[in-house]
Amino acid sequence: MSLDMKVDGKSKNRADDLAQGILGTPMDRPEGLLKVTGEALYAAEDLPGNCTFGMLVSAPAQGDVTLSNEAEIRDMPGVLAVIHDPRMVRNAAQGTMDEAPVQGVDHAAYAGQAVALVVAESFEAARHAAQSVKLGLSGEEGPIDPQAVETEESEGNRFVRGDLDKAMASAAHTVDAVYTTPSMTSAPMEPHAAVAWWDGDKVTVRASLQMLKYNRNELADCLGIDSENVRLLSPYVGGGFGSKLGISPEAVAAAIAARELGRPVRVVLHRRQMFEVVTRRSETRQHIRLAADGDGRLTGLGHEVLVSNLPDEPFSEPVTQGTHFAYPAENRLIRKEVARIHRPAAGSVRAPGEAVGVTTFEAAMDELACAAGMDPVELRLRNIPEKDPEQGIPFSSHMLEPTLREGAERFGWFDRDPELRARREGEWWIGTGMAAAFRVNILSEAQARVRLTAGGAVVETDQTDIGTGTYAILTQIAGELLGLPADKVETRLGDTDLPPGSGSGGSWGAASTGSAVWLAAMELRQRIADAMGCDEAELTLKDGQATCGNVTQPLEEILGGESLVGHGHVKPGDALEEVMQSTYGAHFAEVAVNDVTGETRVRRMLGCFAAGRILNEKTARSQCHGGMIWGIGMALTEGVTHDRRTGRMVNRDLAEYHVPVNADVPPLEVHFVEERDPWAGPMQAKGIGELGICGAGAAVLNAIHHACGVRIRDLPATPDKVLAGLLQ
Amino acid sequence: MTLTLTVNGTERQLELDPRVTLLDALRVHLDLTGSKKGCDHGQCGACTVLVNGRRINSCLSLAVMHDGDEITTVEGLANGKPGELQQAFVEHDGFQCGYCTPGQLCSATGMLQELAEGWPSHVSETLEGEYGLTEAEISERMSGNICRCSCYPGINAAIRQAGERA
Amino acid sequence: MRPFDYTRAENVSDACAAAFAPEAQFIAGGTNLVDLMKLEVMAPGELVDINRLGLDRIEESDGGLRVGATVTNSDLAADARIRQDYPVLSRALLAGASGQLRNKATTGGNLLQRTRCPYFYDTDSACNKRSPGAGCAAIGGETRNHAILGTSEHCIALHPSDMAVAMRALDARIEVQPQDGPAKAYEMDRFYCLPGDTPHIETVLEPGDLITSVWLPAPKGTRQVYRKVRDRASYAFALVSVAAVIEMEEGRISHASVAFGGLAPMPWRDVEVDALLAGAEPSADLFDEAADILLQGAQPQEGTEFKLPLARRALRAVLEEATL
Repeated sequence: MSLDMKVDGKSKNRADDLAQGILGTPMDRPEGLLKVTGEALYAAEDLPGNCTFGMLVSAPAQGDVTLSNEAEIRDMPGVLAVIHDPRMVRNAAQGTMDEAPVQGVDHAAYAGQAVALVVAESFEAARHAAQSVKLGLSGEEGPIDPQAVETEESEGNRFVRGDLDKAMASAAHTVDAVYTTPSMTSAPMEPHAAVAWWDGDKVTVRASLQMLKYNRNELADCLGIDSENVRLLSPYVGGGFGSKLGISPEAVAAAIAARELGRPVRVVLHRRQMFEVVTRRSETRQHIRLAADGDGRLTGLGHEVLVSNLPDEPFSEPVTQGTHFAYPAENRLIRKEVARIHRPAAGSVRAPGEAVGVTTFEAAMDELACAAGMDPVELRLRNIPEKDPEQGIPFSSHMLEPTLREGAERFGWFDRDPELRARREGEWWIGTGMAAAFRVNILSEAQARVRLTAGGAVVETDQTDIGTGTYAILTQIAGELLGLPADKVETRLGDTDLPPGSGSGGSWGAASTGSAVWLAAMELRQRIADAMGCDEAELTLKDGQATCGNVTQPLEEILGGESLVGHGHVKPGDALEEVMQSTYGAHFAEVAVNDVTGETRVRRMLGCFAAGRILNEKTARSQCHGGMIWGIGMALTEGVTHDRRTGRMVNRDLAEYHVPVNADVPPLEVHFVEERDPWAGPMQAKGIGELGICGAGAAVLNAIHHACGVRIRDLPATPDKVLAGLLQ
Repeated sequence: MTLTLTVNGTERQLELDPRVTLLDALRVHLDLTGSKKGCDHGQCGACTVLVNGRRINSCLSLAVMHDGDEITTVEGLANGKPGELQQAFVEHDGFQCGYCTPGQLCSATGMLQELAEGWPSHVSETLEGEYGLTEAEISERMSGNICRCSCYPGINAAIRQAGERA
Repeated sequence: MRPFDYTRAENVSDACAAAFAPEAQFIAGGTNLVDLMKLEVMAPGELVDINRLGLDRIEESDGGLRVGATVTNSDLAADARIRQDYPVLSRALLAGASGQLRNKATTGGNLLQRTRCPYFYDTDSACNKRSPGAGCAAIGGETRNHAILGTSEHCIALHPSDMAVAMRALDARIEVQPQDGPAKAYEMDRFYCLPGDTPHIETVLEPGDLITSVWLPAPKGTRQVYRKVRDRASYAFALVSVAAVIEMEEGRISHASVAFGGLAPMPWRDVEVDALLAGAEPSADLFDEAADILLQGAQPQEGTEFKLPLARRALRAVLEEATL
């Protein structure tokens, strides 16, 4: 039995009528104690007996690869194998790719590509042997500068209507600016890791991955075996942020080596390899044009972008994704060019598209507010579209206005002096800035199983929890529907032997796999109702008791020693075409800019967000904090430097690639505007994992401008760039 | 080489290649995987443990250099039942993925001790005197522990709560 | 990391004798050495552990303080005498690295820490410091954390220390026990070597030479300031740093010693800057002139030009603060 649902239209609001009262509450993570005691086991932990240790060998430059001293390496103490196999992959697979990424390591397509694996009896022996490998690299090197190659247009991203040039020429106020953002990296704290072992024709890989059902097919395709013969385990994932969406080189290499050696093989990426062999966020060049009438209403907008990727990669950074629906303007020119270059592969990094696209666009909107002499909040309020400006379809809900108003109110936005350089404390210029937040909402196919016994319920799906709170919210959903307190629900995740969830990514995990759990539990409710002879809608389940009319029975009694299994399966449907679904928010930041040094410190930041039903107020808040802090990083410190001669990442470690540290982060406030989005599925909940980063950096950049008059269009706003502005 | 470590109160004898770091000795040779390897180069703090009561990056220290030392890892903070600080991390959601968490906990434990001993920090206004558990002091003193999920607000709230109750 | 032999030295002379062997290297905190060994940027064949030589004391001596080579950065920064009389040193130490790194990093090791030049750190790149004669990939490459003073056409690497900058301003003396012969002491400008055409030679230390202590003379100024400019608010190397030790008498600067980080292959000090300031009345013009002198020989790369205005402004602000 299974309760299936294709989300074609609106769903009824059922959750608010349920009795247990745990959905939406700020419940602690059920796996929390395991994480604070060190008992939660990540990929490279819980090693099988007889395990061997592998280390990938990276090519320092592009070229055809020969291993010059392979025999010597094999003879080194402890070395078991040198693997250089055509099934090994060039880089990690793109998210939801579902098949092998580009395979073959006889050619290094970019500096830093992993081209071989050395396996030894110990980690120390493997590392030294890998470092001792001498590579011959020959042949032509491909281009590495996205500005210096012919580009190809990405047709799917193009939207042209009216005449933007004319709109610009006749507008009361205009902005015409070029923004650039550097390559960025996910840098999850847990490096990619895989431990692989074979049992006959079946391989099991304990790995750090986000989307197991796709990863299973990707790995099977890489190895040339059936997916049924691949089992992946990712019970705990130490952060992903897009970097673990697709199967990656260490997992493929570990599986190949384990087969060859007949022993388990552990391969963990070195932190430097974390920058290079998994995907980066593409650098972008964005030409933004805005035309507005005297009231600040947009008459035209242009967003023309250049991004890059390796040849044969199907992904290109969807920079303009938010631009298509954010603001109305009759005259529109939105297009994207892709440069095929030989830097490490580009892929999804937290909020692909909006993270960089909304950030730059919202900075440009701030420029427009300045040009028009308007308050930036007011400018946004005047430009809220009534329907999707390009597709003409309605929005499932549009929460920009309430988030803007509530955020502005709570932040004390309107107390600001709109003048630039108006506030000074000692050496520091103080200013405030704001930005709107948009992130498309996506539902993805997912399945889950819920087993109900006298002792409680067990939720099972291969869905992962990459820190997003999956353990918590799936527990809450099942508990809410089945009338069980959280400690009577156990959630098991991260095992491909379990029903395939949606995977974690694109902010869709909670709403998609959550809906599958919802449906599985709903099926159980129907069966309980049947057993009691009533309609499911009249059934009340609370604290292990079932009530129908004036009859109350313990669940245990209804089950009669048996267990009930419900299966839920949700699929996206027409709801994604009939309406435009997005989440919304508003960011407000106060910064201090040092007049002597150009250093910027964020003093406080507030985000106000709407994403349909919030499933767990605590974990949702943490996600928003995370996004906002990533915004601080994007605005102030983060950027990969590629060597101009080789394309190699120069600052490929955590000392030189500056993710924000604790001291970079001021007190943050997050507020949610209550919302139910009936188009979003049975829970009326939308994704929240990425909204917080969208536009956050713009609030910081706009605050820098307000503080000291310096407009940074080349991110990040490091002291040298701000100082150069101050000196002008 | 042979060495003895007292780990979480238990004496452990080890025979190790001198190249093995304290972190790998714990994770691979003693199967205490609570201590995490994030960068292996002292740039993230996930490997933080207490050695003779002081917090250090165990990835940048060779195990052989610690013969006779007392090591406390996250597994040793629990002492049968999770301590005040560990519970506060759960309550304030001081983690998401949980990978940096053992390092944060060991670091915070060491940091609270340093604060109790009156050590100043970069943000202390004066070098003389007592330093309180202000937001600025906690943030600066915890900046050697990167959390990419960026749970700094929850981490700091948890440390403040546990520190004030202590 | 290449295999190596490990020896724990029991006393200074054994340590020096052991380290006299070819490919031998002292190890104390290891926070920099282990990092570099993992990448095989450094690959000693033998490590001589000097942590148990009793060099971890801070003692009053000859009117100043003698700081043992294995005193940790944390202990040094927290020492009551340092906080009282040498606050610039406490401040510099506290501005460096992280709490857990400072608990392990030592005084001697900090003086000897290697550059953060990314090409030095990358054994696939040409680096004259790592392999003499190989060339310098940093020149013409991506520069940011590089030197603008004291460089050569062979090397533009930077000394990354904060501690050593404060010590330079405090006229610290580095005390060394050679493998053979009596103890020696070096002023810091005699201790470090500029790259010239031998960037692999960073100090005057010979094989077997062990830094045993650093002697800090009685401070010549009570107005001490350390300022560090960096990309992150914490846990980041200096873009520019300035340490100033100033004494004022009747509105004039009676003593000035100013040292700089983030600018040169060694903690930098310019005697002409100090000479200009000594005896002068503080003023914006004076400070500008000091910056002119400091930066007159600067040779920035494309990526380090920002250090010219940044160093000027940081110097000016530090002198203003110290002479106020």
